Amino acid sequence: MGKSMMLEINGLSCGYGKRVVLHGVSFTIKRGEFVGVIGPNGSGKTTLLRAITGLLRPFEGTISLEGRETHEIARQELAQKVAVVTQLPDAAPPFSVEEFVLMGRVPHWGRFQLLETQKDVEKAESAMALTGIAYARDCRMGELSGGEQQLAFVARALAQEPRLLLLDEPTAHLDIGHQGKTMDLLRQLNKEQSLTVVVVLHDLALASLYCQRLILLHQGRLRKIGPPKRVLTKELVEEVYQTTVKVMQTPGRGRPIILPRAG
Amino acid sequence: MRLTNNKPVWWGWTLSLAILLVIVCLFSLGVGAVHIPLQKVLVLLTRGRGTPEYTILFAVRLPRILLGLAVGGGLAIAGVMLQGMFRNPLVEPYTLGISGGAALGVALNIVAGNAARFGLFSLPVSGFLGALGIISLVYLLGTRKSMVKLSRLLLIGVMVSFITSALIMLIMAMTKVEDLQGIIFWIMGSLQEPNTALIGAILCISLSGLIISLMLSVNLNALSLGEEEAFHLGVRVERLKKILFLLASFITGCCVSVTGIIGFVGLAVPHAMRLLVGGDHRIVIPTSYLAGAIFLILCDTLARVAMAPMELPVGVITGLVGGGLFIYILSGKGSSF
Repeated sequence: MGKSMMLEINGLSCGYGKRVVLHGVSFTIKRGEFVGVIGPNGSGKTTLLRAITGLLRPFEGTISLEGRETHEIARQELAQKVAVVTQLPDAAPPFSVEEFVLMGRVPHWGRFQLLETQKDVEKAESAMALTGIAYARDCRMGELSGGEQQLAFVARALAQEPRLLLLDEPTAHLDIGHQGKTMDLLRQLNKEQSLTVVVVLHDLALASLYCQRLILLHQGRLRKIGPPKRVLTKELVEEVYQTTVKVMQTPGRGRPIILPRAG
Repeated sequence: MRLTNNKPVWWGWTLSLAILLVIVCLFSLGVGAVHIPLQKVLVLLTRGRGTPEYTILFAVRLPRILLGLAVGGGLAIAGVMLQGMFRNPLVEPYTLGISGGAALGVALNIVAGNAARFGLFSLPVSGFLGALGIISLVYLLGTRKSMVKLSRLLLIGVMVSFITSALIMLIMAMTKVEDLQGIIFWIMGSLQEPNTALIGAILCISLSGLIISLMLSVNLNALSLGEEEAFHLGVRVERLKKILFLLASFITGCCVSVTGIIGFVGLAVPHAMRLLVGGDHRIVIPTSYLAGAIFLILCDTLARVAMAPMELPVGVITGLVGGGLFIYILSGKGSSF
């Protein structure tokens, strides 16, 4: 307990207006973990992320970050600790890549600060270098491909210097090369900077290959939490996703790979 | 380590526009029914007290230029704030019904005969009250449970705008011909304002608006990424939306109630500046203020001298000159539209 605990969610119920999407979800995530959130469409994955960031107020239950309830932490302070990579917007932001990444520094700015400091520039610089997007720093965001934009969003989140990084389907719309690149980067950050990563994924293969633990949501409830080989079993996946599948093992570490069974 | 590259460019733009503004002001001081050459303007400015030219410069032309600066700049930054907040390039300061409210207030005032009774000063007062009324109405209808829903706010503003213009037409249809002319002249907009105290007040409001909006520019940048993104960057989004709406509306209401409806500045100047300097509001706001001031002072000068001694409505000039100029800019540069 205490210092090593990053996120602690207790009996969380949450939703939009009167519609309850999440029902009594509880789990904890330790510092330095790499956790995937999976589940069918509409199972409450994005809602869970929004509850953690404070965008949605819990109806019931508590969310604690490093031992403090998130709704007691000021907006700006929370943004210094938690960075979020949302799904790519339809319209690209009207900024250059460097300007965009620098905006990740805003949570660290003083109240009437208008200009970035040398330190901000250096942080943005290293975030762009880490994500391998530095070559495009002067391009407008609209000129980048989907994969490059995704990397720029990750770079902005890194410039925020968070302790917890939340990502909502960062590999959607990416080809297999960019998928691997993005996930490798997350794993590298997780290992080298002991950044805690919580990532919503639709792709069960990526979830299995990269995540230490998986949270399986089903109809707004936590169905199973544990290492991939305990969560991605034939019975559970077939029950939750309402389809028949085949489970294979990767050679070596023996991670489960879910294959759809063609009708 | 390379320092971020855009700051010298920013200073360059701001400085060139500021110099251009000074040049335009001096030019506008010189031309008119009585032509005063530039060297003489400079001499008169320092030691010309008592001469008739001095009176023309300080009592007639300078107040007009200052009003042009305040209103041109004010409308331009109101446009920047609203376009940034709504993330909609078609929004301008008049979209939310503020100009309609001011015009309605003035029209009611003229029809009721108050203008004759209380003097000309009652026109801006009634315009301002009309604008305030509409701002409160749109704000109250647009917020729910103290949350501002932007799409709702915009739609309500547009609807209120339609209602006010329908009411103005109704008033105009039922009114006497003498009053009709007063209403039409007011609606067409003019920088002719005899009350220097009022001009001073507008100048103060407009400049304070510039300073406050600059303070908000970093958060406005975040908001232009979307409300959720801004929230994740630590911005208190609900509060910011309210401040931006009220600030932009207040500036617009003040400008409109003094000068009438001068279109185009608040819509196109921000666009032109975005094409020129990029999307960062820290530079878009000051350059838009300067460019709006330059543009309106130039158009007003043109309105004074184009068909002298007759004075053209400045709103006509801003539309004609600005629209043409803007289409030229759009077709010239590789713009995103």
